Amino acid sequence: MTNKTSANEVVTIRFSGDSGDGMQLTGNQFSDNTAIFGNDLNTLPDFPAEIRAPAGSLFGVSSFQLQFGSREIFTAGDDLDVLVSMNPAALKVHLKDLKENGLLVINTDNFTPKNLRLAKYEDNPLENNDLEKSYRVIKVGMTKLVNTALDELDLTSKEKARSTNMFALGLLYWLYERNMQTTIDFLSKKFKKKPLIVEGNVKALKTGYYYGETIEAIKTTYHIDKANYEKGKYRNIMGNQATALGLLAASKINDIELFYGGYPITPASEILHYLSNYKSFGVKTFQAEDEIAGITSAIGAAFAGKLGITASSGPGIALKGEAIGLAIITELPLVIINIQRGGPSTGLPTKTEQADLAQAMYGRNGECPCVVLATSSPSDCFEMAYESCRIALEHMIPVILLSDGYIANGSEPWKFPEIKNINKFKMNFTNSNDDFSPYSHNKDTLARQWAIPGVKGLEHRIGGLEKANKTGNVSYDPENHHNMVLQRQKKVDIIENFIPKAEVYGESSGKLLVLGWGGTFGSIRSAVHKAVDKNLSVSHLHLKYINPFPKNLGDILVKYDKILVPELNLGQLLGLIRAKYLIDAKGFNKVQGKPFSSSEILNEIENYLKD
Amino acid sequence: MSDTTKLTKKDFSSDQDVRWCPGCGDYAILSQVQKVFPDLGIPRENIVIVSGIGCSSRFPYYMNTYGFHSIHGRAPAVASGVKLSNPNLSVWVVTGDGDAMSIGGNHFIHVMRRNIDMNILLFNNRIYGLTKGQYSPTSEIGKVTKSTPLGSLDYPFNPTALAFGSSGTFIARTIDKELKHMGAIIAEANNHIGTSFIEIYQNCNIYNDEAFSNLTDKEIKSDNVLILEEGMPMIFGKEKDKGIILEGSKFKVIDFNKQFSIDDALIHNPRDRNLGLILSEMTYDEDLPVPIGVLYKEDKPTYDIMMKKQIDIAKSKGITDLQSIIEGPNSWEVK
Repeated sequence: MTNKTSANEVVTIRFSGDSGDGMQLTGNQFSDNTAIFGNDLNTLPDFPAEIRAPAGSLFGVSSFQLQFGSREIFTAGDDLDVLVSMNPAALKVHLKDLKENGLLVINTDNFTPKNLRLAKYEDNPLENNDLEKSYRVIKVGMTKLVNTALDELDLTSKEKARSTNMFALGLLYWLYERNMQTTIDFLSKKFKKKPLIVEGNVKALKTGYYYGETIEAIKTTYHIDKANYEKGKYRNIMGNQATALGLLAASKINDIELFYGGYPITPASEILHYLSNYKSFGVKTFQAEDEIAGITSAIGAAFAGKLGITASSGPGIALKGEAIGLAIITELPLVIINIQRGGPSTGLPTKTEQADLAQAMYGRNGECPCVVLATSSPSDCFEMAYESCRIALEHMIPVILLSDGYIANGSEPWKFPEIKNINKFKMNFTNSNDDFSPYSHNKDTLARQWAIPGVKGLEHRIGGLEKANKTGNVSYDPENHHNMVLQRQKKVDIIENFIPKAEVYGESSGKLLVLGWGGTFGSIRSAVHKAVDKNLSVSHLHLKYINPFPKNLGDILVKYDKILVPELNLGQLLGLIRAKYLIDAKGFNKVQGKPFSSSEILNEIENYLKD
Repeated sequence: MSDTTKLTKKDFSSDQDVRWCPGCGDYAILSQVQKVFPDLGIPRENIVIVSGIGCSSRFPYYMNTYGFHSIHGRAPAVASGVKLSNPNLSVWVVTGDGDAMSIGGNHFIHVMRRNIDMNILLFNNRIYGLTKGQYSPTSEIGKVTKSTPLGSLDYPFNPTALAFGSSGTFIARTIDKELKHMGAIIAEANNHIGTSFIEIYQNCNIYNDEAFSNLTDKEIKSDNVLILEEGMPMIFGKEKDKGIILEGSKFKVIDFNKQFSIDDALIHNPRDRNLGLILSEMTYDEDLPVPIGVLYKEDKPTYDIMMKKQIDIAKSKGITDLQSIIEGPNSWEVK
């Protein structure tokens, strides 16, 4: 059937089109299908902040990129092997990323004079053969083909045109020898009440698939072998989804009700959406009037003995600052999740960045230390969300979990756990009024007892004024204040005894350690792989615990001649590392609203080693 | 429940020294709350008092119940979290005019709108006390204070009218010096299922002394205060010789010594929303007395009960197997 099949090891594809063209859905469908097929993968959605930017405009272009393959995949890929462009604007924005001789799939029907003008093309790029000089091009009039295929269906022409993305998806499925069934199932479920829409979309999908099979123009199909996975059960998962599942697991496994107070904000809203679908587990979600009410209602829930959680992005976290301080001085458990986006101020709502680490560490009045954790990939969100709840509840302390837009919206296969193998928390509830005092502390964890309203005999008052140690009464005593400040710091510091030690990937000593945190995991790991392949002495350490740092971090750092810290900010982890360990680490920084490519990091590794 | 009958006023006093200025109206309110609480029949451990920031917000420290002195303006949001987490608790918010009407205005209107079952006591002294005497959002226009030496330019908020605008379901007013009246209103608020709002006029004898003297001085108060009672005519005056009638869409004072009689006076129906709206607007009208009592009340499903119902239904119908949720619909196995 196929002329030639090449077992490429990895492939990077980008779907691009107008923000109304359904590119995110197309990309997600291809990703889910790819995961089920058995490839490893990593995705990068990229869309404008405007829900419906003017059709055809350059800033209205939406794209979805994924890299998949038969070996371990850490990033969404750098240069593209395949670019699907549904309109001139998408072609204009993305063509520069397509490799020479890469495959370019174009929907020619959208190359109208108006769209060309909006994309600022003076001449129609399809009318000469320039594209063919650099790329392998498939030009298809997708919209018309779909319209013809759906001729007999009682759908409006607008509804028919909306299925065009399914044509593109079908064509890609054929190119990569995929089974269309996952998408057919998805469509049948999504449009359960509109069978005609299901029929139209499925027909468009199949039309694209058979088009690929039929036309002479396609000379090569692409067969990618399954990745070599560890044994076990897998699913494909997005970051915010995994975060919500981690929180749900913490609630269910430890039998503590989850209360989520939050206010909608990009790119954190999905956590609220997912959790509000788990009401059957007793999850309570409260869409508050603002960010402050989001967190303060969660603090109220924590006072009442529940697992209080709030999530937001940088601007919202800024508003929550005073309330985080309240949770710290009242020593209540609380999980605060920051899905970081480009800042400052409103910044780049749909783009990724790592510039809120300093905010998490220091963004409050007074000496106000908070536990800070960071998740490193979509599937890692599950474990880190669970860990955040564990530390909050076991230590009676607020925990900030940093994620970012790239992790939140990206997806990857996840070898999910058996819940019976997940450890339970040791919580601090008390019912006994023998020697109860609200601010007496456990000698190991420094957690205070959790006496909740409804428990007879333990009535007490807490609040934001400085507390006398043990009694919790308001105290303005200078010595007491000094001691309480020290105690709150110590309460964070000793958590280093309750978290895993840092583990280095690669040689345990050598010329260079690349030290990262958060969403740069994939780009760094991939770059380090390539560097090691080039016989360079490079190792990778990725921090998931930032305040406190793992106990052994200092011992690890001194074993390398050089430390490189790549971050999507101007050096926030770098500052912490240099200050704490007095080490001459070097930063590698980029703030463009997008992730590092692994080749950028590899270049930096090579240059730094030459210095 | 049997032990609760034994509780006394003393059981509700904490061991902390009360630190308000001598002569502050807050003392009277604290004392009255401590006196009324034993009669409410609520186990002490089920009572939670949440406050914000300001003089009034020190209140929880002096009550031997569960208490949370939170941050400026946020008490209704903290209290919402407490109540939604455990609907069995009796939740009380103590706040002031700056706390509730200024920095916390947003939370105030939204808790009223949601009708979460709690009681909000707003101590309105029309001044910022804890920060030493700036005008507040309920101060009269032209108020000369440290921050407004030439007089304030802000038109004041009317808390009861704002409560109406926020779809409040129990809107009442009382005065720090009217102890019995205050006690009765507090008890009635407690009985109301939904957000109960009580504005308590409270004298700040340091920064805004005698702000309410026309309503509290024995000689003149009867002529200036209209005590609202359900099913009773709206009458006032030392000799009970004045009443309220509706003329067009406005209230007007009538004199029984002239052509009117007590039978002409309006009968107070706290369930009449239109009447309540006009009552709430009386506050700043110099030709009319100031109404105290329950201006309006309404039975309406509460957010907390609706939330519980939704969850109960979801629990009985939805998926409760965590492993299946984690696994999702499209898992695969690598062997």
